[in-house]
Amino acid sequence: SSKFHNLQDMQHTASLVTKVFIQRDYSEGTVCRFQTKFPAELDNRIERALLEQTVKTLNSYYVEAEKVGGQSYLEGCLACATAYIVFLCMETRYEKVLKKISGYIQEQNEKIYAPRGLLLTDPIERGMRVLEISVFEDRGSSGSSPSSSMSSCSTAR
Amino acid sequence: MKSREYQQIDPKALPTPTQSPPSHQHQAVGDDGRTPRRKWEVFPGKNRFFCDGRIMMARQSGVFPLTLGLILVTSGLFFIFDCPFLVKHLTSCIPAIGGVLFVFVLITLLQTSFTDPGILPRATPEEAADIERQIDDTGNASYRPPPRTKEVLINQQVIKLKYCFTCKMFRPPRTSHCSLCDNCVERFDHHCPWVGNCVGKRNYRFFYTFIVSLSFLTAFIFGCVTTHLALRAKGGKGLMFALQESPVELAICFFSVWSILGLSGFHTYLVASNLTTNEDIKGSWSGKSGEAVTNPYSHKNIFINCCSVLCVPMPPSLIDRRGFLPADEPAQTSGVDLELPNPSTKSDINVVGGSSHLVLDLQKSSADFSLFLNQTKPAALPA
Repeated sequence: SSKFHNLQDMQHTASLVTKVFIQRDYSEGTVCRFQTKFPAELDNRIERALLEQTVKTLNSYYVEAEKVGGQSYLEGCLACATAYIVFLCMETRYEKVLKKISGYIQEQNEKIYAPRGLLLTDPIERGMRVLEISVFEDRGSSGSSPSSSMSSCSTAR
Repeated sequence: MKSREYQQIDPKALPTPTQSPPSHQHQAVGDDGRTPRRKWEVFPGKNRFFCDGRIMMARQSGVFPLTLGLILVTSGLFFIFDCPFLVKHLTSCIPAIGGVLFVFVLITLLQTSFTDPGILPRATPEEAADIERQIDDTGNASYRPPPRTKEVLINQQVIKLKYCFTCKMFRPPRTSHCSLCDNCVERFDHHCPWVGNCVGKRNYRFFYTFIVSLSFLTAFIFGCVTTHLALRAKGGKGLMFALQESPVELAICFFSVWSILGLSGFHTYLVASNLTTNEDIKGSWSGKSGEAVTNPYSHKNIFINCCSVLCVPMPPSLIDRRGFLPADEPAQTSGVDLELPNPSTKSDINVVGGSSHLVLDLQKSSADFSLFLNQTKPAALPA
């Protein structure tokens, strides 16, 4: 499998092979949650544990953003009393968590995914429908075409 | 082909690594150097945008001007004709209370009408291709397959998710496609012509506050007008003469009080059971099909249901209205495909159109990735 150790090597040779989509998990209702099932296309690109950890952390961020508790009741009542004008002035809790998420995804991309030729797209840019993972192939390191190299990797397992 | 994508990256536009993702950096500037376009200008749904994308409504504004007009006229007549009399004979709290209610009603009405109800942006061409590939794996691609549904288990109940042909995605639970606005809306309640917008997840609390405060306002005005007439009639000239002096207000209030009170009562019931108007009308959870189905979203407690509908943190708008279009942005999947009469050619054209969009987007993503790599600090490289 192609392991990238130097990001600069990829700069002039990276080309997109495919995009893998991790879909939403609706088993707990309409809360935002992504499936932790590992997509088969990424078998030889990244360790299962790493991706699962990323998805689980993202899910926990969304739980924190949508949490209904004592504080959100108070905020809801206060907002209602002011005819919801506060929503125009203040940054909502959800938006604060979304900023944290975008920082987290950037960090994960730099540390874990870019070295493996992958790139995560923040779900908010896809309408929270999917977690999109772009798969890049370095044409310089593998002489054969991307599809055949991936199939040869899978048969070698 | 590959050299072309690198020429499009403008070195002067390279941001510091801590800024927003690369796709926002290339702006779709035309060859003649036009100002960059914002995403609301190419939005595929039937919506109208004002103030450079800050305000949005449905394209068919329905009777929204009428709603606004009725509220303004009735309140205006109240303040002009009834308040002076009642302040003199009763108390000066009356215009104060009326004023507060009036402002409340107006603000919540405007918020209901101008807020994004929870529109789901349409699937990108790659997502649509991915989903179609998954579906075609199980079915025959040569003829039009049966309506696509996917089953999920929510709270031990089987819910069918329908595939939306316009938006090219499986609709999340409680999401419905509004034909008037041509958008999928999350937690779709109904399309309200009175406010000129859909009512969905993001603006339901504004809508509910609007109708509750409107019922208080109309009931208050009705009460004040009746008191005014009663006092005048007692004053000497009789009820019929007093009635002639304020027929308009009385008529509007009389008819609207009952309908708005009824609507508020209905929506209070919906909030307490965590239902949407759409589900209630369709009878999704009433067990019409013979199975024992209950609402899987209800928390079985009125207080918790109310809080989970009205007090959840405000969700963000998923359509980035004021974001700039990235360079080489391919057109989003539109509903044009649906107008083709021949079902067998439809799937072919979907794939052909989708693959050309896919090629364009792949180039863009390669450019994004290279830009991302350029931004990454050397310290972040693994040893």
